[in-house]
Amino acid sequence: MSAMLTIDGRKVSVPEGTTIWEAARQAGIEIPVLCHDPRLRPVGVCRMCVVDVGERVLAASCVRAAADGMTVQTRSEKVERCRKTLTELLLSDYPADSAREKTTGDDLLLALGRSFGVRPEYLTIPRGDGRARDVSSPVIAVDHAACILCDRCIRACDEIQHNDVIGRTGKGYTARIAFDLDSPMGKSTCVACGECASVCPTGALTHKPLTAPIRPRAELKNVDSVCPYCGVGCAVTLHVDPAKNAVVLVDGRPSPGNESRLCVKGRYGFDYALHPQRLTVPLIRRAEFYPKGPLSGDVKGDGRRRKPGGLVDYNEVLPAFSEASWDEALDLVAKRLSEIKKADGPGALAGFGSAKCSNEEAYVFQKLVRAVFGTNNVDHCTRLCHASSVAALLETIGSGAVTNVFGDVKNAEVALIAGSSTTDNHPVAATFIKDAAQHGTTLIVVDQRETGIARHAHHFLRINPGTDVALYNAWMHVLISEGLVNREYIAKHTEGFEALRETVKRYPPERAAEICGVPADKIREAASVFGRAKAAIIFWGMGISQHTHGTDNARCLISLALLTGNVGRPGTGLHPLRGQNNVQGASDAGLIPMVFPDYQSVEDAGIRKRFEAAWGVRLDPKRGLTVVEIMTGALEKRIRGMYMMGENPFLSDPNINKVRKALAALDFLCVQDIFLTETAEFADVILPATSFFEKTGTYTNTDRRVQIGWKAVEPPGQARLDWEVVSEIARRMGYPMEYVTAEEIFNEFTALAPSYQGLTYQNLQPHGKLWPCPDPERSDGVQLLFGDGFPTPSGRGKFVPCEYRPAAEVPDSDYPFVLNTGRLLEHWHTGVMTRRSRPLSTIQPEAFCEMNPDDLAAAGIPAGAYVSVSSRRGSITLRAHASRRIAPGTVFIPFHFREAAANVLTNDQLDPVGKIPEFKFCAVRIDPATA
Amino acid sequence: MSALGAVSVQFTREQLAEVRRLQALYPDKRAALLPVLHLAQEAFGHISLEAEEYAAGLFDLSPAHVHEVVTFYSLFFREPRGRHVISVCHNLTCHLLGAQRVLTHLKKRLGVDVGGTTPDGGVTLLSVECLCACEMAPMMQVNDRYEGNLTPEKVDRILAELR
Repeated sequence: MSAMLTIDGRKVSVPEGTTIWEAARQAGIEIPVLCHDPRLRPVGVCRMCVVDVGERVLAASCVRAAADGMTVQTRSEKVERCRKTLTELLLSDYPADSAREKTTGDDLLLALGRSFGVRPEYLTIPRGDGRARDVSSPVIAVDHAACILCDRCIRACDEIQHNDVIGRTGKGYTARIAFDLDSPMGKSTCVACGECASVCPTGALTHKPLTAPIRPRAELKNVDSVCPYCGVGCAVTLHVDPAKNAVVLVDGRPSPGNESRLCVKGRYGFDYALHPQRLTVPLIRRAEFYPKGPLSGDVKGDGRRRKPGGLVDYNEVLPAFSEASWDEALDLVAKRLSEIKKADGPGALAGFGSAKCSNEEAYVFQKLVRAVFGTNNVDHCTRLCHASSVAALLETIGSGAVTNVFGDVKNAEVALIAGSSTTDNHPVAATFIKDAAQHGTTLIVVDQRETGIARHAHHFLRINPGTDVALYNAWMHVLISEGLVNREYIAKHTEGFEALRETVKRYPPERAAEICGVPADKIREAASVFGRAKAAIIFWGMGISQHTHGTDNARCLISLALLTGNVGRPGTGLHPLRGQNNVQGASDAGLIPMVFPDYQSVEDAGIRKRFEAAWGVRLDPKRGLTVVEIMTGALEKRIRGMYMMGENPFLSDPNINKVRKALAALDFLCVQDIFLTETAEFADVILPATSFFEKTGTYTNTDRRVQIGWKAVEPPGQARLDWEVVSEIARRMGYPMEYVTAEEIFNEFTALAPSYQGLTYQNLQPHGKLWPCPDPERSDGVQLLFGDGFPTPSGRGKFVPCEYRPAAEVPDSDYPFVLNTGRLLEHWHTGVMTRRSRPLSTIQPEAFCEMNPDDLAAAGIPAGAYVSVSSRRGSITLRAHASRRIAPGTVFIPFHFREAAANVLTNDQLDPVGKIPEFKFCAVRIDPATA
Repeated sequence: MSALGAVSVQFTREQLAEVRRLQALYPDKRAALLPVLHLAQEAFGHISLEAEEYAAGLFDLSPAHVHEVVTFYSLFFREPRGRHVISVCHNLTCHLLGAQRVLTHLKKRLGVDVGGTTPDGGVTLLSVECLCACEMAPMMQVNDRYEGNLTPEKVDRILAELR
């Protein structure tokens, strides 16, 4: 049904239920609003949008539905008089200086005042009500006096981000917004996503300037880009002050992925690029600093406690290096790498690329290692995050990427979140999952910690660490015994069902309950909820992958989807939430030792021939070594020379005391980065690179969406583009690599990567495309993969049954606790960027370990005290936080903090298939700290 | 979500049973928030921030939501109150007939300001909107009883009876 109405004399036809405001907008008639925003549920509290519909009183157009035959006047004298009076009243106690007008210059109330000729200074009513300012948040300024109680922030916090932090307090003249129980914003549970400040129409909630003064958006240069942090890949607009060469403000862009939403890192974590510690000139290690070793106290592991927020002291590390020209530095790198190749063979060289870099940079980097070094020893941090998931996906369904986008959770009847603290690690994806959970999707969360997303779960299963295989085997046991499997799908699209059935037969819920600590009836209930769903989607994170049985964990989740036919339809799918902004792309581009770009095996002679023809050299037919294997190789002197672009294995790899020895053992190490990282302390040559904001490139997010980030500012000093530096090294090692633009590299890459075929810098604008994209001119790319079979040799998805195996190192009387490591919302991996972001580092300045209060009490340790956490590999000292979110017997430590690096403790045992280390499980001991 | 950390208020088992009973009366349990807050006020004497957070936990609501409700209604006390509560009406009729004089007298006699409680914890003094008893203006409410046609002398008598 549609409604035909007349607005200001214009005939408009809209679907029934459309509001008058929306109908007018479609007809090109703008009705002023204060409380309304199309992204929010209309509430009609401000009355600015009133229109005359011929009734006794005016109607609020944002809430009143358009009716057939209605005649609407949006600008009659009566309406205008009403709006003017309202504006006068609102401005009567509005503060003289609006923080919004002074920054982004888009105070809606003042703009309305101007349009009605109401000038606050002419109003005679005494102004100001004594309502206070609140500057306790490092990123958002609150001026309660400028608040008009439009509720936009409350709805943005509740309905867009689902954080439920803001409410109203009081009533009448004392009414104002309040955070939690009227705490200062900075002391509340606010996660500083900034959604409230971005929807506020007045000076009440505004973004604080972080790098340079914020000026009106129109006066700044606007650059389309993507967020440099996680795999959600939020589209952003960077507002740049060219005179200051600085990004001063970041807004979310309305792209299909994030729909303008951002989290604290994406919105406020951009100031790191201007940190004074940026490297601006090539550095060569001085002769007197050989033999090589760590330089700073933290990297030496001297165990001294440092002040929160502490970064490396450059005075401690820079004296070991002398400044050099680019020619000197590059010649030295090329000479030393060539010498090692000649003396010890290509296999003595290795390279670590980075999932922080672009597709183009990843592509040229792996090309350098393969075509110039002559080895497949190239890997990157995907090895430490989803290598096991990708291995399982390739083995079972023939493709390592997600089968559906995260946003399709809204079409799922059930969503399973396994081992993912989504609100910390993929905060914007989490907002869509929380949305779905509020609008009909049943959320099942399985985790050993009661994570932020677990609070939104309809079913929360707290499992014992590392027991996922037993749990999902029991789920499948229930599904099969209760007939909740999709027989037709199994017959048509899968193979190996019989073997799976035999295996899961041995996992009745009662047996699984003993292993995973979840009561058998809860296992039955969750399995049956999942099995009855018409559409179920599975998300998983590092809680699944980072185990010595990580591949098995992922295999079980895949089997679960195949068993119930939950692949290839709306609201279904397998979605390992990818960690880094470009971990999908870096893997696609071939930063993996087993495969060329687009997962084409190096061991396949036909494929190799194609790459040999494209690159004009003979290529190594053997798969290369993975991250941890390369470190072990360095320790054993099999790997002698390394080139690292943007990786910081000293902090990111397990068992740091071993990594320290390995890095020191290298004959030659070149580190290319934007700061002097912990790893760079072991370097012979350090090359200054460009930050995310200083270069153009493409990045592929967790959804397979390939997006362009355009250059926004100039690099500092002599810092150079990463791909330029890689090309220079190739050239100096005797291989011509003559690229002029990143786009040229992208085109070379897509020509060799069938999945990226057809994508160009032109058709990737403005919102990017999902790969594969057979029709890039007309389509956004393929959202749902594998609706009809899989890219496996048989065309079928394969069940790979798994037996439960305990973790490699289980607790005992010497080391009675299980250590789990992970990330915090505010920090990124080894903290190289986020600890140099003032707001992020202010919110989370220091390392801590989270423990159950009962465990702390039993050990006689007060919450907040320093404790020493030790494993068989080392020991760190940090504060103990008490939290009931964590189960007794377990400890959680975020791994960002150099001064108390969690990876001193972690176990470097590997998953036999994915070669991923067991970051999520090792045995530790807790003692009160001595000094 | 815990804004305050440890919670120092707890219902007894019987009170919790009453909470469950009230919640079960409605299709959406949050409809029982008001009666449960009254129960909390009865149990804890007043509704502290800790009590708001505790109530939020009982209803799976955000603390901000409970805070909205508690601060909206004038009959929820957010500070400890005295054994007796005196609420003087300050609305139009009472105002015209001398509510200010009554209030000033009470402040002097009790030695507290509006919103304050006497040091012995005896009396809390409030100034409130219309209590719908204009026929006896100026008037006040003393605990659950209305007192009207007030004069300083009558106020003194009432105070003497309270002690």
